[in-house]
Amino acid sequence: MSLRQRLAASTVWPMLWKEFIQMRRDRLTLGMMLGIPAIQLAMFGYAIQTEVRHLPTVVLDESRSTESLALVDQLRNTGNFDIVGYVADRKALDREIRGGRAMAGVVIPPTFLSDLRRGRTAEAQLIVDAADPLASSAAMSGAVQAGAARSMAILARTTGRGPPLDIRVRPWYNPGLRSAVYIVPGIIGVLLSVTMILITSMSIVRERERGTLEQLIVTPIDKTSLMLGKIVPFVLVGYVQMTVVLLLGRFLFDVPVRGSLPLLYLLTFAFIVASLGMGLFISTLVRSQTQAMQLGFFFLMPNILLSGFMFPREAMPVVAQWLGLVLPLTHFLKVLRGIILKDVGIVELWNPTLVLVLLATLFLVLSVRRFSKRIE
Amino acid sequence: MTDTEAIHSEGLRKVFGELAAVEGLDLTVHRGEVFGLLGPNGSGKTTTIRMLTGLMAPTSGRATIDGVDVTVAPEQVRRRIGYMSQRFGLYDDLTVEENMRFYASVYGLRGDARARRLEELVTELGFGQRLHQMAGTLSGGWKQRLALACATAHRPRVLFLDEPTAGVDPAARRQFWDLIYEFAAQGITILVTTHYMDEAERCRRLAFLSRGHLIAVGTADEVRAQFGQPTIEDVFIELQRRDEGVSV
Repeated sequence: MSLRQRLAASTVWPMLWKEFIQMRRDRLTLGMMLGIPAIQLAMFGYAIQTEVRHLPTVVLDESRSTESLALVDQLRNTGNFDIVGYVADRKALDREIRGGRAMAGVVIPPTFLSDLRRGRTAEAQLIVDAADPLASSAAMSGAVQAGAARSMAILARTTGRGPPLDIRVRPWYNPGLRSAVYIVPGIIGVLLSVTMILITSMSIVRERERGTLEQLIVTPIDKTSLMLGKIVPFVLVGYVQMTVVLLLGRFLFDVPVRGSLPLLYLLTFAFIVASLGMGLFISTLVRSQTQAMQLGFFFLMPNILLSGFMFPREAMPVVAQWLGLVLPLTHFLKVLRGIILKDVGIVELWNPTLVLVLLATLFLVLSVRRFSKRIE
Repeated sequence: MTDTEAIHSEGLRKVFGELAAVEGLDLTVHRGEVFGLLGPNGSGKTTTIRMLTGLMAPTSGRATIDGVDVTVAPEQVRRRIGYMSQRFGLYDDLTVEENMRFYASVYGLRGDARARRLEELVTELGFGQRLHQMAGTLSGGWKQRLALACATAHRPRVLFLDEPTAGVDPAARRQFWDLIYEFAAQGITILVTTHYMDEAERCRRLAFLSRGHLIAVGTADEVRAQFGQPTIEDVFIELQRRDEGVSV
């Protein structure tokens, strides 16, 4: 038989034909697969704001001077503090913070103005509810900034000289420091992981659970056709999901793709195959859809937590960083953020690309070896 | 092994952990025979069929279907056999026609050959109006017919039917057995398991399984004589009693 004849006779075609009909009829899953990108993007894009600003703040101003008012103004101008009220004494301030009505309190002592006038270092205090370190760190750095700025202004006024040192920060790739810019590319990775790992493994286990697999594997259908038939439709779904997120990201969150779109779609293939490999592998380990779901989440959680999607990997302990290296998503995020935000090419991305190809091969080989045309 | 043997097994054995589900099974089914495999629940009928169809690897022993060794060349065996599992194994969310078309294609039929075969099956089994109905909405009897159509799309040499009429009404059961005889008349060997005694009587030969052991083989008359029971049902009940007697 020629290659063409053999290709035409392959059992992969009826398998694909059947899978696409079933996918088209399963409106709920189809709707979920296409609706979830939009919902997740809105959820993560609007709700996750890692830069904490506008902390509700109360002021205990015992100095009641133009200088103390200027300091409070300076704090407010950083955008990190919203002055929600003034209190009369320390007890009231404690009460506001403990009651959760304020996250920060500014205490300006009565000696503030006199200290300044005498050329002594004037002290002010900022009390922060630091239970949430992420929220409080913004407040603390904001306070230090405001203090430094105010000091410089006072120094310039009294000595007539400018500051001896000035650091100008230029935030590249995301000058507005918006979370959405960082989150949108990540969402693509997380979403593809969910579809490929969870939905794929469940789709295979469903055939086992319903008894249709038993009927199917007594036919001469080959293992490759069976697996390809299950995989290929989800590769397409993955690309549609990615396109939806890219479009929404562009028009809803103003996150355009700066780099090469063809390169992005090409490298995504390696990630999709790696994740599908994981999904297939899970399907060979479990007996029911419920188990597939549970195990799928077990695989997904580290993908979300350790990959650098939510928390910077640089801040993680070494062991967590190593664990993160085995996850396809960790490397795909570099590709996504690299191409979408920084317009980098394959030269800068060869390292994560290579790892993705390796992981894809590994998971595929593992699952093909475990997948058997038998029932035991 | 002679040329008239469609199914042949020697010392076929399957062990699940501590439990021997099938123990040293020697079985021969001749070409064109309707052969009944009987036994109480858990006696090893389904495990036997699963080993003969290549769905399960035997722990030891060997089996040939149409002269082909099941463990050596399972894919060749799969082209020669049709199989209907105990549970309805077709796709509920595909229509009758789509299910048949899918199975015909998986068995390698394409284009005109497939179209002709589908037409044959539709007339033989009397689908017609139900062609575009979703398989999931069919009644039990029609589901079994569809399963039979899909299992025979490629004109198999040997057909394995695992409790094909469980939960099907009497009229549909009779029709189903008429179909089985038609297939047998075409020269197809049929191995069927059942719990219905009237069905057992309709098989040319019977085999009784008890706790994984083959304890009787022969025509219905021969088996009745062997156990000294008036009917096959009495043989069955006697066997079940013995089984329960030995169990702790």
